[in-house]
Amino acid sequence: MTDATITDAATRPPATNPVQRLSLTWFGVVPFLIFAFLFLILPTLNIVIGAFRTPDGSVTLANIRGLFVPEIINPFWLSMKISLLTAFLGCLIGLAMAAAVTKGGLPSWIRDAMLTFSGVASNFAGVPLAFAFIATLGRLGLVTVVLKEVFGINLAGLGFNLISFLGLTLTYLYFQIPLMILIITPALDGLKREWREAAEMLGATGSQYWRMVAMPVLWPSLLGTFALLFANAFGAVATAMALTGSSLSIIPIILFAQIRGDVLQDPHLGYAVAFGMIVITGIANLVYIVLRARAERWLK
Amino acid sequence: MIRSPRFWSWVAFGGGLLYFFIPLIGMFEFSLRARRGEYSFQAYTNVLSDPQFHQTFVYSAIMALFTIVFGVLIVTPTAFWVRLKLPRLRPIVEFITLLPLVIPPIVIVFGYIRLYNTSSWLPLTGSAFGTDILLMFGYATLALPYMYRAIDTGLRSIDVGTLTEAAQSLGAGWFTIITRLILPNVLVAVLSGAFLTFAIVIGEYVFAALLNRPAFGPYMVWMGGNKAYEPAALAVLAFAITWACMALIQLATRFSKHTRAQR
Amino acid sequence: MAFLTISHLEKSFGTTRVVKDFDLDIAKGEFVSLLGPSGCGKTTVLRMVAGFETPSQGAIRIDGKDVVGLRPNQRNIGMVFQAYALFPNLTVAQNVAFGMKVKGLPKAEIDARVTEMLGLIGLPTLGDRFPFQLSGGQQQRVALARALAVKPQVLLLDEPLSALDAKIRVSLRSEIREIQRRLGITTIFVTHDQEEALSMSDRIVVMNGGIAEQVGTPFEVYNRPATKFVANFVGTLNTFDAKVENASEGRISLDGVAMTLLAPFRDAPHVAIALRPEAVHLGRAEGREVVLPAMIEDVHFMGSVIRVRARVAGASVALDTFNRADSPPPAVGSTAEVSLSARDVIVLHA
Repeated sequence: MTDATITDAATRPPATNPVQRLSLTWFGVVPFLIFAFLFLILPTLNIVIGAFRTPDGSVTLANIRGLFVPEIINPFWLSMKISLLTAFLGCLIGLAMAAAVTKGGLPSWIRDAMLTFSGVASNFAGVPLAFAFIATLGRLGLVTVVLKEVFGINLAGLGFNLISFLGLTLTYLYFQIPLMILIITPALDGLKREWREAAEMLGATGSQYWRMVAMPVLWPSLLGTFALLFANAFGAVATAMALTGSSLSIIPIILFAQIRGDVLQDPHLGYAVAFGMIVITGIANLVYIVLRARAERWLK
Repeated sequence: MIRSPRFWSWVAFGGGLLYFFIPLIGMFEFSLRARRGEYSFQAYTNVLSDPQFHQTFVYSAIMALFTIVFGVLIVTPTAFWVRLKLPRLRPIVEFITLLPLVIPPIVIVFGYIRLYNTSSWLPLTGSAFGTDILLMFGYATLALPYMYRAIDTGLRSIDVGTLTEAAQSLGAGWFTIITRLILPNVLVAVLSGAFLTFAIVIGEYVFAALLNRPAFGPYMVWMGGNKAYEPAALAVLAFAITWACMALIQLATRFSKHTRAQR
Repeated sequence: MAFLTISHLEKSFGTTRVVKDFDLDIAKGEFVSLLGPSGCGKTTVLRMVAGFETPSQGAIRIDGKDVVGLRPNQRNIGMVFQAYALFPNLTVAQNVAFGMKVKGLPKAEIDARVTEMLGLIGLPTLGDRFPFQLSGGQQQRVALARALAVKPQVLLLDEPLSALDAKIRVSLRSEIREIQRRLGITTIFVTHDQEEALSMSDRIVVMNGGIAEQVGTPFEVYNRPATKFVANFVGTLNTFDAKVENASEGRISLDGVAMTLLAPFRDAPHVAIALRPEAVHLGRAEGREVVLPAMIEDVHFMGSVIRVRARVAGASVALDTFNRADSPPPAVGSTAEVSLSARDVIVLHA
């Protein structure tokens, strides 16, 4: 891509009026770049720098050190666990469902219906999703009531609580799985029937084919989706907020409360918490980029 | 016992069906329980007659419209120029458009509050109007990945380079090229991005809550904390809106296939 | 005793019968082509032998053993697909090693075999490349090596050349055939290209509408097509409607010129006869007793062969003559004579 561009530019005849050319060309992207700088990059940089500053402006590591107290580090752990688990389960279940409709011999209308529904469900996140789960698995929810009155099973008695790690995981999966389905279906379509047949002809079992051919081919897409799902869950505030109020301490809720000025006294600790979130999603994406580069050796 | 792959396909699909439809059924059933002992649409009546509902919904809808216009105006020329004249910038621009998927929204809005507060160089949060502008920029940032991808895909499918050269050879200026040639041709892509943006903005909570604006998202959370059955009714409405947005996207896409086949 | 026996093979998809009562015996080491237009059922037969489709009826025996109930990975058959069937995530060497690896052979044995196979296909130095770094022809040779590495009893080739450039297609034909001969492996080759089938096969099965219309050597199929379909599908054909003079004596007339056919035909007012381009000779020649006037319509100089299109007996006829430096081809629009022999006439049975 880049090489082609360079030769392209080199062989192009010199512009008649280079100054005007240049300004016109740049005029198309400059508003975008200014916007991105002011409302995406600068705010993020501000957080990063703020994390290393004292209120009076001198450089310090105290804010970062302040993160390593139980009331901050535990929510970080909880958030990471939920994000990793929902990203993992979302990838696994989403892959199974996408494979079922693309490769499993189900009628094609099911595939279309599922893709359409996934488009809706992946965007049905946030507050309304939390309400739907409260109405289903909450104290008076449909499933809770039906289980109790029809089957005599008391969910709360079994230790189930929607406002918990498990409850949040169940809820997050409602947008994680469809997102996976949307992203992985085109990748599954890219698996050629001939690969499977060639593997079978050479004596491979179905699982050998998946392990040695299909998974390595899908791996870059899987990794990318995993990173995306992780960041998706890690930054989600509205769903957790509407589901649990602020009784479940995950890190975005802590930051939310901090910004509102409810909990933490030191504003620069807020910077540090936000910086920690950037670092974690940043690392997730860095890991993704490195793994992807290794997984794609065989691609053009 | 070994079953055929098709059997497991049905199992996977059936399991998914249960997981995805039970909450929808639960939500709907719950929303009908407002009157003791019978199913009714009372919760919907309550919600729809609440002036707060009207105000916040209209506010969010208007914000969505402005976000869409702003997003289209800022993304279309960029995607166009990057495709046509500045392919060197492509990696940078794509990286920027992906950032909002990586940086948590709450971090971005935190940055806004610190950067554009009343004592800063650009005190946007000093007035309601300024905050609305800031909120719109925030929404545009959230929608950026989807908007850019939709429009870029649209541009790819029409071979921008050739069309532009053809128009130039006929003496068209850049303004004409963008308004008469590019926009109509990527209209479908723009529409897809627009409906998606609408769905995102209508339900958005964090930006509006932290910037203290009376949007639909904070209203829903407030209802959730104070009412029993109305939140479920709101969720049903929100689901219907999301569904409508996605249906409109599908409709637009189908329409585009139709016109493309005709050419 | 045949090595591979297909008997009374049937396959229906829903209510459409795509393969009807198909019989074929293949001797060990034989190279047999299934030739026919798309949709004739040739690929379905191949896929039933491979095990990707289950026959509706009939038996497939390899070395005396019925394989119909076996899964593809239990049949010990090698297969080369039309295109893009190399595993993209594995190197050339890993692709070739795949079948041996899933069998759990020791690494040293695998490595030795991979080296041997890469030598066999003439790509000994490309083991570390990924498929995308190879040309189409190289990819198909690697696919062949991969299929042969596990020492299959039978090799199936599913239009392996049709996605390649014309030039590579021709050179790969002889290469595949040579490798097949050297290994003595029983091979079924599916193609819609009659030139491929004629040039490579020991025997050809011409298929149409799910039926084997004719089974024979390339020589037989080309020179003595059993049906009108075979005659038309294999090679170029000039057809005429001749008048029957006396069916029992084999006498007919073409454009008023009488001839006596050796092949039998039915008693009717007219009979459809055909001649290959090389059976029609420009000018008179010894042993070609029938002479007809002709008008030259078109001349294609193709190098060693000149194909002339002429109007003979009311039909547009293609005829081939060898190029000779001392005699230029006839001019378009000129008149000439063509001669032919009744021995070369093919009677077309409907």
